[in-house]
Amino acid sequence: MSSPLFYIFAAITLLFGAMVIASKNPVTSALSLAVSFVGLAALFVSLDAYFIGTIQVLVYAGAVMVLFLFIIMLLDIKAAEKLKPNYAAVAAAVLLFVVLIMQVAAVLTGFEAGRKSTTDAQLRPQQALVAMGDKALPTIANDLKAGQLPDTKLMGLQLYHKYGFHLQMVGLLLLVGTVGVVVLSKKENSPKGGRE
Amino acid sequence: MDALFASIDLFFLAISAVKIVLLVFAVILPMVAYSVYAERRFSAIIQDRVGPNRTGIPLTLFGFKKDIQILGIGGLLQPMADGLKFILKEDFTPGHVNKFYYWLAPCLTMVPALLTCAVMPFGSELDLNWFGIAQPIKSVIADLNVGPLYMFAISSLGVYGIVLAGWSSNSKYPFLGGVRSSSQMISYEISLGLSIIPVLMIFGELNLSKMSAYQDANGWLLVPLWGDSAPWSNGWHFGRWLLWIPVCISFVIFTISMFAETNRTPFDLAECETELVAGYHTEYSSMKFALFFLGEYAAMIIGSGLAVTLFLGGWSIPFAPLLSKLTGLQFHFVPGATPLYTGLLHIATFFAKVFGCILFFIWVRWTLPRFRFDQLMALGWKVFFELALVNVILTAGILIWCPLK
Amino acid sequence: MLENYLPVLLQVLIAGGFAGATLLISVLLGKAAARNRVKDSAYECGMVPVGEGQSRFSVKFYIVAMLFVLFDIEVVFLYPWAVIFKDYVAIHGTAIFWSALCFVTVLFIAYAYAWKKGALDWKH
Repeated sequence: MSSPLFYIFAAITLLFGAMVIASKNPVTSALSLAVSFVGLAALFVSLDAYFIGTIQVLVYAGAVMVLFLFIIMLLDIKAAEKLKPNYAAVAAAVLLFVVLIMQVAAVLTGFEAGRKSTTDAQLRPQQALVAMGDKALPTIANDLKAGQLPDTKLMGLQLYHKYGFHLQMVGLLLLVGTVGVVVLSKKENSPKGGRE
Repeated sequence: MDALFASIDLFFLAISAVKIVLLVFAVILPMVAYSVYAERRFSAIIQDRVGPNRTGIPLTLFGFKKDIQILGIGGLLQPMADGLKFILKEDFTPGHVNKFYYWLAPCLTMVPALLTCAVMPFGSELDLNWFGIAQPIKSVIADLNVGPLYMFAISSLGVYGIVLAGWSSNSKYPFLGGVRSSSQMISYEISLGLSIIPVLMIFGELNLSKMSAYQDANGWLLVPLWGDSAPWSNGWHFGRWLLWIPVCISFVIFTISMFAETNRTPFDLAECETELVAGYHTEYSSMKFALFFLGEYAAMIIGSGLAVTLFLGGWSIPFAPLLSKLTGLQFHFVPGATPLYTGLLHIATFFAKVFGCILFFIWVRWTLPRFRFDQLMALGWKVFFELALVNVILTAGILIWCPLK
Repeated sequence: MLENYLPVLLQVLIAGGFAGATLLISVLLGKAAARNRVKDSAYECGMVPVGEGQSRFSVKFYIVAMLFVLFDIEVVFLYPWAVIFKDYVAIHGTAIFWSALCFVTVLFIAYAYAWKKGALDWKH
């Protein structure tokens, strides 16, 4: 993983991530986050997760951040610029940061896969093909034979073959989300208009 | 990634650079310029006017009696004159705008529109053996396995340009136009995304090149008349033609959503002159305005390209296998063994189809009146969303009932 | 595979460069005229601009953006399903159909709820 492209995209992701909290203009913050997401998508792609990388751009940079931008426009942007730092919030953020670092460290040391570097996990289509045996769907097998990783198809297989129940839970979660949106935003004449 | 860097050959990168430069600067941008010209002439015909018919090689400047009109069609140099004028106009930034985002917004509209053409297979393969290149060159810049998703992802970034243009102009009409336009675009992105799902189910593939190759051999999705789709072939059965129904529904939803995505009439509410002056680019002038304009037309071309690739066979020549049999020449695509003339013909076919689509765009623009905003949102959310969802289930049912192959 | 994405990177650079270059050319070649207060003010059909340029807009736009995110995620879940559907049905049977139908039905309930509550209406 020591290629210049990795460092360039990691730097973009981190730099614009820092810009999100450093900039005073909320629109700049939102756009920096979008750029940071695009950098993250490039990192996903460099790990052979093409579908996830594309979806990262489609959903996060293309949908979620547009929503954020709408919210920023809905709020009064000039008032937001005058805000002074809230020291209690800063302290909580530092605390959260430390906890997060500890979690990441725990994951990296606690799991077998965490200690491996990504270069160990190189793609071996032939072996994957043999491992799947006769059960492989023809379309997946054909892609693997051509030396390509059919990541979208593999993901579909995992989602709908193995994790069907979890998928239904996601569906329910989206239902709850929709109900939440409608209930919270349909209060007539509410002064705030929506929720943050 | 180390392996990646070892495997990069400069030759591949150089070929890609040549393809990008040729496609963007020699095809897409001239096509944008000339579709503006075509729009003006075509609308003139529809409205019984003449349209721009005078711009030619300006010999009158040098004392000759007449300007030279190229090919005898008046005004073929009009796009050049327009471009020159855009460049030479005063580059004006009003005092009340947010300068940085005001400058960024046109670029954010233009760049995604140009980026989406990377996955567009504009031809099959070019056999350049004569020039000493052993491997045939694929006529696509980046042959990704997530083709349509990449296009949707990048074009969804185009919303930023419009939102930012409206917001940074700090003026009422652009702001309203920007908000309207962006919520229109995101509303139709859903039906656009849902409408291609039946197509993906039929192909079982997300790679646009493979889709085109399949349609070359087995008939276009909308015209299933040769290869396995032909009634007289061994592979034919009822299911193939039953699938034609969901494909048609998909095509209609896709095309109309594409009109809405590209902010074209009858959905150009973001810039309807009677209400919003010019919408989000009211405060823009000179080259910055031109970039919005280019971005919009480029998005239209790319959208037509996607429609052609998914539903109308991409670069494939109609009845190619039959034509090959009849004439003895090779009109269909064979991986690794496609002659140069076929490769070039495929490229020409693709752009001819795209041009046909653009003429359709123009025709619709000058025929239909504009929607009202609530009608537009109701159409997207209440009609197309349901219809596309039902269409997906219908396709699934047909595929289970009479499986392909 | 991964090297297929390098041309995309190259195209980002070329497209960005093109946009930047055209703006630069226009700055260099375009004639600048004198500024004045009226020219600098926002366009309001020839009237003197009243009030702020960025008014708050209706909460409906915001609801649409929120619903868009939710249903966009649904569509994204259907893409991997669509590409394996044909082959999966041929080998493992129709389980994949019922699974997706259930998922879509739940979301259809969400959609019907939003419609019933008027979140998709624009007139009021």
